[in-house]
Amino acid sequence: MVSIIIFILLFGGGFAFFFYNVSKIRRNILLGKDIDRTDNPAARWKMMLLVAFGQKKMFSRPIPAILHLFLYVAFVITQVELIEIVLDGGLNNHRMFRPALGGFYTFMVSFIEILSVLAFIGTIAFLARRNLLKVPRLVKSELNGWPKLDANFILLGEITLICFIFMMNGADEVLYSRGVSHAQDLGDGSLGLTISSHLGPMLFGGMSDHSLHIIERIGWWGHICMVLGFLNYLPYSKHFHILLAFPNVYYASLEEKGKFTNLESVTNEVKAMMDPSFTPPAADPNIPMRFGAKEVTDLHWKQLLDAYTCTECGRCTSACPANITGKVLSPRLIMMKTRDRLEEVGKNIDANKGELKDDGKSLLHDYITPEELWACTSCNACVQECPVNIDPLSIIMDLRRYLVMEQSAAPTELNMMFNNMENNGAPWQFSPSDRLNWKNEA
Amino acid sequence: MSELQIRTMADYMASGETPEILFWVGCAGCAGSFDDRAKKITKAIVKILNHANVKFAVLGTEESCTGDPAKRAGNEFLFQMQAMTNITVMNGYEVKKIVTGCPHCFNTLKNEYPSLGGKYEVIHHTQLMQELLDNGRIKIEGGNFKGKKITFHDPCYLGRGNDVYEAPRSVMINLDAELAEMKRSRQNGLCCGAGGAQMFKEAEKGNKEVNVERSEEALALNPDVIAVGCPFCMTMMTDGVKHFNKENTVKVLDVAELIAQANDL
Repeated sequence: MVSIIIFILLFGGGFAFFFYNVSKIRRNILLGKDIDRTDNPAARWKMMLLVAFGQKKMFSRPIPAILHLFLYVAFVITQVELIEIVLDGGLNNHRMFRPALGGFYTFMVSFIEILSVLAFIGTIAFLARRNLLKVPRLVKSELNGWPKLDANFILLGEITLICFIFMMNGADEVLYSRGVSHAQDLGDGSLGLTISSHLGPMLFGGMSDHSLHIIERIGWWGHICMVLGFLNYLPYSKHFHILLAFPNVYYASLEEKGKFTNLESVTNEVKAMMDPSFTPPAADPNIPMRFGAKEVTDLHWKQLLDAYTCTECGRCTSACPANITGKVLSPRLIMMKTRDRLEEVGKNIDANKGELKDDGKSLLHDYITPEELWACTSCNACVQECPVNIDPLSIIMDLRRYLVMEQSAAPTELNMMFNNMENNGAPWQFSPSDRLNWKNEA
Repeated sequence: MSELQIRTMADYMASGETPEILFWVGCAGCAGSFDDRAKKITKAIVKILNHANVKFAVLGTEESCTGDPAKRAGNEFLFQMQAMTNITVMNGYEVKKIVTGCPHCFNTLKNEYPSLGGKYEVIHHTQLMQELLDNGRIKIEGGNFKGKKITFHDPCYLGRGNDVYEAPRSVMINLDAELAEMKRSRQNGLCCGAGGAQMFKEAEKGNKEVNVERSEEALALNPDVIAVGCPFCMTMMTDGVKHFNKENTVKVLDVAELIAQANDL
């Protein structure tokens, strides 16, 4: 009875705290400006199935893709077993699905065990790639400190979780073969779990019933604690991508990558300038009139969702021509800084009873510098690379727009280009009347 | 070589005729209308159009920059002013279809003009060449490129920007040349370094120029020709080849020039 109460408190508390944190992140994301990304649901579902569920873009790099697939499939399928664990915990049962499901139960749990072993291998390989092989994109200095620690925490957590599963199943296999497991004895002498029926006797074969029961319980409670711990770690970590990848891909742009948005506020001004009879629609007085983005709240919600979805894999940065040639721009860092600033803004709002109090800082300048922004060639390699359809380029462009249109802070050469275009209709200093001269220069 | 046949939209209008297509010459990358190197690309495109008897028009002095470099540099005002000026001109001539000699013009006209009132069918010149081939209006023979090694550098705004990867390749395949691919090609193509208004400014501080990185990759294949489809890329790759002192052995040519030269146009 006590264990049921502890379980329910733990479980309820774990989920409640998770949803509390998720609601804060949701609030933060919705600080962004509105943008409609609900059109064409058929194309969106298809994209989500291929890119998020099907991991399509991961496979441009096959080795990490396969290792990641192990973890991904194990994670998804293990959720099935979690249903039983939750019901067992809440009803003080033990392996309650086994008698009814029979062979299918053995198949499912064995399948999960095999996936767990593969996930174990994947996790070890990932730890090695980060800490021993030092894959360049995973050891860049921009990851020093918390990001590196965060990545290793997650991997070590996954290893611990898998160990708990095998403690639980392995010990239970030995207990079952001795006829003293808490699972209902079906007289078959073994739970029949592919891995644990061998691993259990190997590791725990010589132990007493009492010790085995303790190990089995440690495995069971350890597992559920890890699951809840992991769940609550997510909102504080880059690992949140395991949930956000799906909505993030769904709401990603369906347009050609080369197409940049046309600012409607500018269109109205330009129309008014060119046609005196044009009356621009009344502006919403609640939205401060600002061209481009200076702060996270000037970005739209999808750009903020992108920031929370980024798992800092660095494919974008490793494909960025500016980064490859030693410039300070890193698309991954653009996403990390956007998230950091948004988190800071969120905490500011929490501390000031729901009102954002000016802290004298902004995303542009205090987090992202003009030097980073001006290094971008807008080549879309980062957008192409991202396995979960994050768009760092749109943030870079919105910040550039603020620099140019609000601060007149373009590099001198670009101001010259603007002047040429205004005066000559060309970015170069040529006279428009010379435009067709080539015709007569055979 | 016969004289180039070039008529402006105003000429067509005056004679009451309608051209099949508007050739958007462009002015950015290497100044298709102005710069000597880029003028050669422009003329190559015209030669192909003439050869295929395509009834095309240019805007001539009525053309103005699409506004692409201003937009990528963050100057949305200037972009939209350019766009609306051009749209007024083109809608006045009832333009339906446009071919551009530059992927930046192509992208801007195709993707960013419609919501400002400029709705046209826009194609890149490599797509037009493919159309002409498919319709049997031109034939391409290998000519002096037969057996030569050619590598194609994907322009970002044609490839990743608009998912056009095959048109330039399927046109060049007719040259009977060896088409060698760089490791970073198609979706993974590396930028030449000129996009996003970089063409008009010094690069930020780094340890290498982007065009040098890209030219190095292309030159590693020991090609006879580096083919490009963009005047920006033309400048960057030409400079990159010069950086490695290879300008005498490796040519940088636009796909249109390859086709025009192969057919002795």
